[in-house]
Amino acid sequence: MTTNPASDLLVIGGGLHGCAAALFAAKAGLRVTLLEKDSVARHASGVNAGGVRRLWRDLAEVPLSERSMRMWHRISDITGEDCGFQPVPQVKVAESEADMAVLAARVARMHAAGFSHERLIDRAELRALLPAVAAHCIGALVSEDGFAQPFQTTRVFARQARAAGVRIHEGQPVRRLRHEAGLWRAETDEATWTAGRVLNCAGAWGGEIAARIGDDVPLEPVAPLMLVTQRMRPFCTAVVGTAQRPLSFKQMPNGTVVIGGGRLGRADPARNRTDINFREMTQTARTAREIFPIMAGAVIQRSWSGIEGRTPDRLPVIGRSARHDTAFHAFGFSTHGFQLGPATGALMAELIATGRMPPEIAPFTLTRFAIPDEARTQNRRVS
Amino acid sequence: MTRQDLCIVGAGPAGMAAAVAATEAGLRVTLLDEAPRPGGQIYRDVTRAPAARQTLLGPDYQAGADLARAFGASEAVHLAGATVWHIEEIEAGFALSYSHDGRSHVIEADALVVATGALERPMPLPGWTLPGVTTTGALQILMKSAGVLAEDPVLVGCGPLQLLLAAQLVAAGRPPRAIVETVPMANYARAMKHLPRALRGLGYLTKGAGLLAKLRRAGVPIYRDARDIELEGRERLEAVSFTSRGKTHRIETASAGLHHGVVPNQQVTRLMRCAHRWDGRQKAFVPVCDSYGESSVPGLYVAGDGAGIRGARSAALAGRLTGLRVAEKAGRRASPEITSLQRALARDAAVRPFLETLYAPSAQALAPSDDTTICRCEEVTAGQIRAAARANAPGPNQVKSFLRTGMGPCQGRVCGLAVTGLVAESSGRSPGDTGYFRIRPPLKPLPLSELAAFTPDDE
Repeated sequence: MTTNPASDLLVIGGGLHGCAAALFAAKAGLRVTLLEKDSVARHASGVNAGGVRRLWRDLAEVPLSERSMRMWHRISDITGEDCGFQPVPQVKVAESEADMAVLAARVARMHAAGFSHERLIDRAELRALLPAVAAHCIGALVSEDGFAQPFQTTRVFARQARAAGVRIHEGQPVRRLRHEAGLWRAETDEATWTAGRVLNCAGAWGGEIAARIGDDVPLEPVAPLMLVTQRMRPFCTAVVGTAQRPLSFKQMPNGTVVIGGGRLGRADPARNRTDINFREMTQTARTAREIFPIMAGAVIQRSWSGIEGRTPDRLPVIGRSARHDTAFHAFGFSTHGFQLGPATGALMAELIATGRMPPEIAPFTLTRFAIPDEARTQNRRVS
Repeated sequence: MTRQDLCIVGAGPAGMAAAVAATEAGLRVTLLDEAPRPGGQIYRDVTRAPAARQTLLGPDYQAGADLARAFGASEAVHLAGATVWHIEEIEAGFALSYSHDGRSHVIEADALVVATGALERPMPLPGWTLPGVTTTGALQILMKSAGVLAEDPVLVGCGPLQLLLAAQLVAAGRPPRAIVETVPMANYARAMKHLPRALRGLGYLTKGAGLLAKLRRAGVPIYRDARDIELEGRERLEAVSFTSRGKTHRIETASAGLHHGVVPNQQVTRLMRCAHRWDGRQKAFVPVCDSYGESSVPGLYVAGDGAGIRGARSAALAGRLTGLRVAEKAGRRASPEITSLQRALARDAAVRPFLETLYAPSAQALAPSDDTTICRCEEVTAGQIRAAARANAPGPNQVKSFLRTGMGPCQGRVCGLAVTGLVAESSGRSPGDTGYFRIRPPLKPLPLSELAAFTPDDE
């Protein structure tokens, strides 16, 4: 087994967050090695719906999301390629007065917190934005957001990281990870890597990596389902959801329509598998047809699903390990991490390089899951 | 519908024979098939083809009628016009979602026989997307189901089907314009070493010789060892040009049928994540099965060409074998017939090494030029696929993510093996190590409204 020369930072996971953090850390002058168990962008980063969304995020995530949005608008300058980024509105449609009230309350809450990117539109403005929307829709919440090509984006970040000196090794699942004589040692089947610091960006497998260094994070593997139709004539120039029903709907530049929305299939991270459960998609299909009557003529071409890690509060784990000053985490984005990728990468690199915690990521430390010792003992007794 | 002992997908020779054998043994069997009538591709519409068309299509086609009659008389339920679009493993069995008369339903069974047969191996050549260019198999389907004869086609490629269709067109009084055969002369020498074994299946050889003699008598020109084939035309096909044994030819025609053999249809076995291996002589992936046709997924059997190309006669034998085996495993009496069927299958396969060596897929179509379109749905060329593979796309699924190959309406059926081949060529790995597209449901395009109306739990 070969032992490689020590790096300053070892990143585990070749998804968008790992590649972005590796890129920015290398730009900050660190020697960085990235280990990916399969291939870059193989899992959630490569197969998510590609929404670049600030709309309707948890308030805690908004500053990070805003920061990332500014980076998305400069994505060509940052990565040298456009990553398929298209600035379009994200829309949450109201189907009733009750929905409108929910959306209005949200706007009030956002304004009170000092955020102005979400605004309410009425029936006429909605109709102007989305002429194909069903007649019963009476308004919407809108944010000037966008979407991008996830696989392409992640590969572009990986390519830029390599160009900045990051050594990316694919097909290298980390079997052991421990801290020894001031260095982190990661062992794969083929080699051992050492580094002064380690960053866990292992997505749905992030909980497993965290557990190896003594950090307990409750993480549930989930598989968001997505459908794509055959090409249709252009009729929708926004990413559309609804106020109350799970739906994520967008028409791609080539005319196909991608439909997702939080419906979950079965995920089996140990075997890299997801199972598509169409029972879960019947309701989504009904919703899509009700919001856009033109969808009555749509034909489903394919379905797919990636494996994501979801936390109990649906917020990511970002920050320093609870047990080691030189270990860091950025995982568990709970099916909405794609938009956050660029900023999380940049801020993690800042934290790791300078030791200073950027305020945008401060709310996401894993200590929020800390179980009091008493409860922990009880849990053990129960299990 | 009540849970079945066995569901069969596909009403070709393998599926029909499996249904007959399993119902004889007392199993409750449902067979689902897309077509309105049984027969599969090989015996398409055999139950209602007029006598004149039966004669035209020859005695092998008529043999299918007997099997279709036995199937019709069996206790098996035939769900005709049913398109299976998803299959899931459930507790000790399988759940099949299928579309029938515009509505989707679910049927469950303890065992599953996949008898979805073969697909024509796509033959990517410059100009093959022009109107007027189709496959030999498609020309034959027109003849079987509608009695439509191709106008003056040039048949390009190689393989038994090419000769059979040519002879059938001769019999119909509308001989093809020419046969442009891609078999290199060296293949004849290579195939000779398999000839002694092939003689055990003499029927196939005499049949082939008979077809050739018929074509010669009819004066159909056969150009041997054709290379550098191009299908020319602006708006549609105008001519086929090629070199044959050092001479350049250009045949003006508005119709061409391409063919270089058939390959197992992997869609269902890939969806179900059955183990597959690369068959170097068939130059195709085949599911790994035991000698009864059971795949690596317990209870899932593959019978007929889907388990490896062996032709219609073997398909019927394998279907019967599998039907009996499923019954035996379900606790019905063991059939002494099983071992004799296995012997008959071995005999029937004797001609395969000879045919596979002689009619190996054309080198030009296996290593298409950079400007040749490979993925017709998304219009992706061989050059783009090679570039993606060199730019660190380790397998077909990454190429798919880069270029959308395999994401279009054919769902990878047309470009799949070509993409595997090009990635293997670019990375220096074997096709077996390179792998294949992950296949996801729906197996066939599904109207969104039908999914919206689908209530699987109420059935």
